[in-house]
Amino acid sequence: MDLDALGACLTTPACVVTQTTSGLIVGMLLFLVAAGVTLIFGVLKIVNFAHGTFYMLGGYVAYTVLGVTDSYTLAVLAGALAMAVFGVLFERALISRVYNSDVLMQLLICYAVVLIFDDVVKIVWGPEFHAMGMPAAFQVPPFFIAGGVVPPFYAVLIGIAALIAIILGLGLSLTRFGKTVRAAAINPQMVSALGINTTLLFAIVFAIGGGLAGMAGALAAPVRSLSPGMGFSILIESFIVTVIGGMGSILGALVAALLIGMVRGFGTIGFPQFTDGLIYIMMIAILLLRPQGLFGRAS
Amino acid sequence: MTRTRKPGLSRRSTLALMGAGAATFAAPWVARADSKKLMIGMQSILSGPIALLGTSSRNALLMEQDRINAAGGFLGRQIEFVFRDSKGQPQEAARLARELVNTNGCELLVDAEASSGAFAVQEVVRSLGVPCIHTNSETSSLTADPKIRAPTAFRVARQGVHDAVAGSIYLSGYANTNKINKWATCAPDYAYGRDTTAQYLEFFKKFKPDIEIVTEAWPKLGQPDFTEVITKLIQAKPQALFTLLYAGDLSAFVNQGNIYALFAQMKVATPNVDYPVLAAIKNLPAGIQSATRYLETFPDTPANKAFGEAYLKRWKERPTNWSWQNTVAMQFYEAAIKKANSLDGKALAAALTGLKINTPFGVDGTITMRDDHTTINYAIGWGQTTPKPPFIVDVKPSDWGKIIEYETEWKKQQKYI
Repeated sequence: MDLDALGACLTTPACVVTQTTSGLIVGMLLFLVAAGVTLIFGVLKIVNFAHGTFYMLGGYVAYTVLGVTDSYTLAVLAGALAMAVFGVLFERALISRVYNSDVLMQLLICYAVVLIFDDVVKIVWGPEFHAMGMPAAFQVPPFFIAGGVVPPFYAVLIGIAALIAIILGLGLSLTRFGKTVRAAAINPQMVSALGINTTLLFAIVFAIGGGLAGMAGALAAPVRSLSPGMGFSILIESFIVTVIGGMGSILGALVAALLIGMVRGFGTIGFPQFTDGLIYIMMIAILLLRPQGLFGRAS
Repeated sequence: MTRTRKPGLSRRSTLALMGAGAATFAAPWVARADSKKLMIGMQSILSGPIALLGTSSRNALLMEQDRINAAGGFLGRQIEFVFRDSKGQPQEAARLARELVNTNGCELLVDAEASSGAFAVQEVVRSLGVPCIHTNSETSSLTADPKIRAPTAFRVARQGVHDAVAGSIYLSGYANTNKINKWATCAPDYAYGRDTTAQYLEFFKKFKPDIEIVTEAWPKLGQPDFTEVITKLIQAKPQALFTLLYAGDLSAFVNQGNIYALFAQMKVATPNVDYPVLAAIKNLPAGIQSATRYLETFPDTPANKAFGEAYLKRWKERPTNWSWQNTVAMQFYEAAIKKANSLDGKALAAALTGLKINTPFGVDGTITMRDDHTTINYAIGWGQTTPKPPFIVDVKPSDWGKIIEYETEWKKQQKYI
């Protein structure tokens, strides 16, 4: 524990800017993955343990598309689109068969998919890690705000993730489709009784969740190593985000992801040996005070 | 009632055909089970984040298998490897090593595990008395500690204490030249990262007592995002960073460090740069002080270059540090078996002890197996990175005289001798 260093950082504009940027990028990428987890749980009550696989495959698809097209934009779009399609196939072929089954059965199916696609990645891309490399447009020096370092690439990623958060939030609250999704989250039988095609609705929810995770994997690929099993590490934090924010709440996922990002950003200065511990303590504290999470609906 | 035959194949004919087919396809496997063939067991990390190191070990051994078989095999018997994936789990490594000997009939072992697995395999080897060469464990105590050393187990690999002495001598000189006192460290948060960092610092402070460690960072192994680590390092404003990150973690760290211009804000030194890492980093910064894990141009000899080119031609990628270590293990087996004219564990152990072989990977073209069952005189050098091949230039070979002098002192401190 180094509270002096933390105090010094919090009173230094350069440190505040640098660590806040660091917290924002960690938090926003986490949000993109966790938003899918919470959306799927909110509507379908499915805890999608295979969500990290979408993130991993999104990164690998983007890596391949970048190699072919040399366009990072196309690579990100391809990663998101491929995982949206994969999400629909996953829901239709597997998850739709266990909606009414025991949660253990759902868990087993998700875990099987994780293991199968880890091996598929090994076969297709090899067991060793890959690095996409920074797109040429972002191979520029960082800019400085009040002496703090802000990398242009991260600024763009934060902007994209924030835009998606806004679109997702407004889409769910203002559009007819969003209202249907929210209604299905509360009472799917009634939504079905009103003549709404819930089969299609559920597939679309998986497409959105998969697409967001795929996009996060693709967006992060230039700076993170791609390796089989990489989805697992982000999955754990995504579930923490979902639990802290409240299962099913997109706003909760955003706030929780940013909280975790900031704990990482500043915790590493003040509690370098205990940053992960801080996150779990925060989760326990929130669950004790609000068992349904920050923005979750009390049962 | 008359029984009529249906057209097409009868059930008996079908079964006969299937039997003949099975026998035909099984024939190569029957041939493989030929008792004359000498089976050699190898288990390593062939899946997971550092699988590239395990597969580079396997690749090198397959090249050696072809070379040795073309030269007549061991004692007139063709050799064949049985490869197993331990996934980096020590208990699985030990189970596989025992299975390779007891079930698969392997008469020699190549233990290509990292240190955690190698210590588990060591106990299996001790109980079975089978000849074994550890090819990838760098933890010094595996062979330096007489209580851990096993009679028929040897190590053909870098040793932590050798690298720590060599690296500290080089970096202290570099720090003196560039007037660098304030250092930061960044290493994976598990035994290797913490122990090896401590060992480097112990020697580093011996050669340069005025260094100050201004911050330490311990990211998790396989951590996807190093942003908070990088920003913490930048905030501490060290003059130089020493890092023990490796493989995918090192690649991700460099890629993420690049966008924070970390390499312009501090000097960086690492002993863990290998060809796959160099290839994976798309914008390798120039001027990182780096040890040579394996480098085609160090030692700068035709034989070393030929090995690198042959490996690249066959596997479409460059070798790693683990590749040369496994190659040399087979060269030691070859020389020892010829000398002992036997595959017996005790006879081979006697032949291996003190054995000196010619090999492209020795600093002077030779490597010696010392009587404490570990190798010396392999190529250790430090230079600096450059974005294009050969990736590390201005390589300065380390002084083995000094390495052994300080290693002996360290062994006395540890009460190993």
